[in-house]
Amino acid sequence: MLNKTSPGFKFGFQILAVVGALIFTTLIMLLAKAPPLEAFRLIVVGSVGSVGKISDVIVAWIPLLLATTGLLLTFAAGLWNIGIEGQITLGAIFTTWALRLLQDSSLSPGLIIIIGFMAGVLGGMLWASLTGLLKIYGGVNEIFGGLGLNFVATALTIWLIFGPWKRPGVGSMSGTVPFDNSLWLPQVEGLRMSWWSLGIGLIGIAIVYLILQGTYFGLRLKAVGKNGRAAFVIGIPTGKYMMSAFFICGAFAGLAGAVQVLAVYHRLIPSISSGYGFLGLMVAMLINYQALWAAPVAFFFAALNIGSIQLPIVLKLDSALSGVLQGSLVLFVLMMDGVRRRLTAKKVK
Amino acid sequence: MLHQDPLDFPPMKIVDNMLIGHDGGLFPNKGEVSKALKELQSQFGFNLDPEAYVDSLTVGERQQLEILRLLWLGARVLILDEPTTGISASQKAKLFETLKKLASQGMVIIFVSHKLEDVEGLCHKIAVFRQGSLVGEVAPPYETDNLVELMFGKVISLDEKTQLEFCEPAVEVAGLSIDDNRIQIRGADLIINCGEVIGLAGMEGSGQRQFLRTLAGLIRPVGGEIVLNGKRMTGKPYHAFQGVGVSYVPASRMEEGLIPGLSITEHFILSEGQSGFFIDREKAVTVSRERITSFNIKGEPVTRVEALSGGNQQRALLAMLRTPLRLLLLEHPTRGLDIESSIWIWSKLKDRCKQKTCIVFISADLEEVLHYSDRILVFYNGKVSQPLDATSTTVDQLGQLIGGKGF
Repeated sequence: MLNKTSPGFKFGFQILAVVGALIFTTLIMLLAKAPPLEAFRLIVVGSVGSVGKISDVIVAWIPLLLATTGLLLTFAAGLWNIGIEGQITLGAIFTTWALRLLQDSSLSPGLIIIIGFMAGVLGGMLWASLTGLLKIYGGVNEIFGGLGLNFVATALTIWLIFGPWKRPGVGSMSGTVPFDNSLWLPQVEGLRMSWWSLGIGLIGIAIVYLILQGTYFGLRLKAVGKNGRAAFVIGIPTGKYMMSAFFICGAFAGLAGAVQVLAVYHRLIPSISSGYGFLGLMVAMLINYQALWAAPVAFFFAALNIGSIQLPIVLKLDSALSGVLQGSLVLFVLMMDGVRRRLTAKKVK
Repeated sequence: MLHQDPLDFPPMKIVDNMLIGHDGGLFPNKGEVSKALKELQSQFGFNLDPEAYVDSLTVGERQQLEILRLLWLGARVLILDEPTTGISASQKAKLFETLKKLASQGMVIIFVSHKLEDVEGLCHKIAVFRQGSLVGEVAPPYETDNLVELMFGKVISLDEKTQLEFCEPAVEVAGLSIDDNRIQIRGADLIINCGEVIGLAGMEGSGQRQFLRTLAGLIRPVGGEIVLNGKRMTGKPYHAFQGVGVSYVPASRMEEGLIPGLSITEHFILSEGQSGFFIDREKAVTVSRERITSFNIKGEPVTRVEALSGGNQQRALLAMLRTPLRLLLLEHPTRGLDIESSIWIWSKLKDRCKQKTCIVFISADLEEVLHYSDRILVFYNGKVSQPLDATSTTVDQLGQLIGGKGF
């Protein structure tokens, strides 16, 4: 008889979920009359087939990891920070703003980049604090507040690109004027990735792991998330802790936005967040909010994103295929978790 | 099945709760339900507003709602799990009357209770369980000592009541007025000496809960003063009350007291207050082990609180209380517990009194109120009686006051 509570049993179910998601995606491809094996091969080669590809994956990985990192804290506090997309966008806007103000000044480029990062953090925090204030003092659910602010952030980006910050002549969807090379985050020779942003991403997740694992702050945050009323009666100022979760998540989202501007696009573009906020929500759900798994799973998702870029060119398939795979993976993992719980649950409660 | 913790939908109205689980087509007839509800209520003397929201009710009132709902749905086998913990004596008599009538009509009633007088007065047959096994079946006439012996394997009697020396007044309440959406309390006065135990009696929903929560700082009074150890606390936030040594132990343990998903150790860490930034896990586990032993909790430091039984959850809640405390406020501290656990919990509480902590508690069990209190306040529909001396008050007198006679 299988031991139904062993970690192996649990792991087996997760493998089953991955297999289920692969089968599901294969079926979709068969329906679309596309060769599934060729598509999967292309995704693998397109993501980890060469050093350049791996570097590209890392470029996508870092903002995704930063977003996931922040979300781990809001999820710990029981908050659905859907507004993270807007927070990333505001981070990018603030970074761009700081760079535009300072690019012609006499400050050293290094200092300007640092100020750019700080401005991004500030922007993300500001936007997150709006959601938080609406939630805690206005009684507006953070999902609605965040969603609304996402739209405002997108509108603000478009307005800036076509209005005050437009390129000389006519504004275009390709964004604002790119910044001078000196204001780019230093990149690895011949590759698009930067050691600096990689460092920021890894340090970020390490800090959040420590906060959740071993600090009073992290434990109280979890208490607020699991039972806010009891946490209050025990003596935790729940509003303050929810607000802190929003602030820190906003800071990480802002960092992600700053990385997008300083290390990836070097300008403000209309969809600067690249959907990493929503993808981060999926990663966080997939790893069941365990910080330890954030880095590898976010890497896997980034690899799927980068790997599927070739699909439209080679197979005339839309690159949204990676989204299908990511989405079905989350659904299957959640579903198999439910099945496992049902199997292991005691018959009558 | 009537559960000990009501299974209902707090954010919905009473009438909607009645309709859930009822086959009524696409468009339920709310008017008819309200009417049926009123008729049933008049049978029992309950007084619930069909348009009220369930989260504004007390645990006892929610039990009333559940009983009404099950009867209305026409259950054939009624299982009641500790149904009498939250309702008054007169309501209980009416409930028993109905249960007897239902039984005589051929309905099967399974009644789970730890209150011997209830089962003795109601049941045609008693089955006694101890630690998961059926240890005996008894037919009337019942002998209480016999039942107690079956339940515990030994005969238990309450401790002798001991009179403690009081010191100076620790809590002064003057002209306290509270406005709740259903209950109004006007001009309540009380001075509590340190080490004193005050029992709050009354039918569920008569204002005693509001009074207790006001003393805790959870409800802001509309008038009057609360002074703790010479410090004026009126209008200060709950966490300021905690800061001066007030602790509140709610009745709904899993909703307001404990945090499902966290371990016993983590609860102790949360209640301890911070020392440094990082948690010293090793030390926390050591402290947790000590408390688990001294509070006789059946669980490990890593056990999650939702896996504990009701009695062990209550012990865990008491183990979380800080020392020293000035004022300890308890809602139904022994509801749903067996006699042995209750006696044990009160021995721990009396230890607190020796350390000069004042205790104010609510209980629906008149014996408990009379036995453990020094003085008693009776609540009736928001009115508060003069403090009664517990030694010179009888159950009958208390019952009269609870029923609203003598105010």
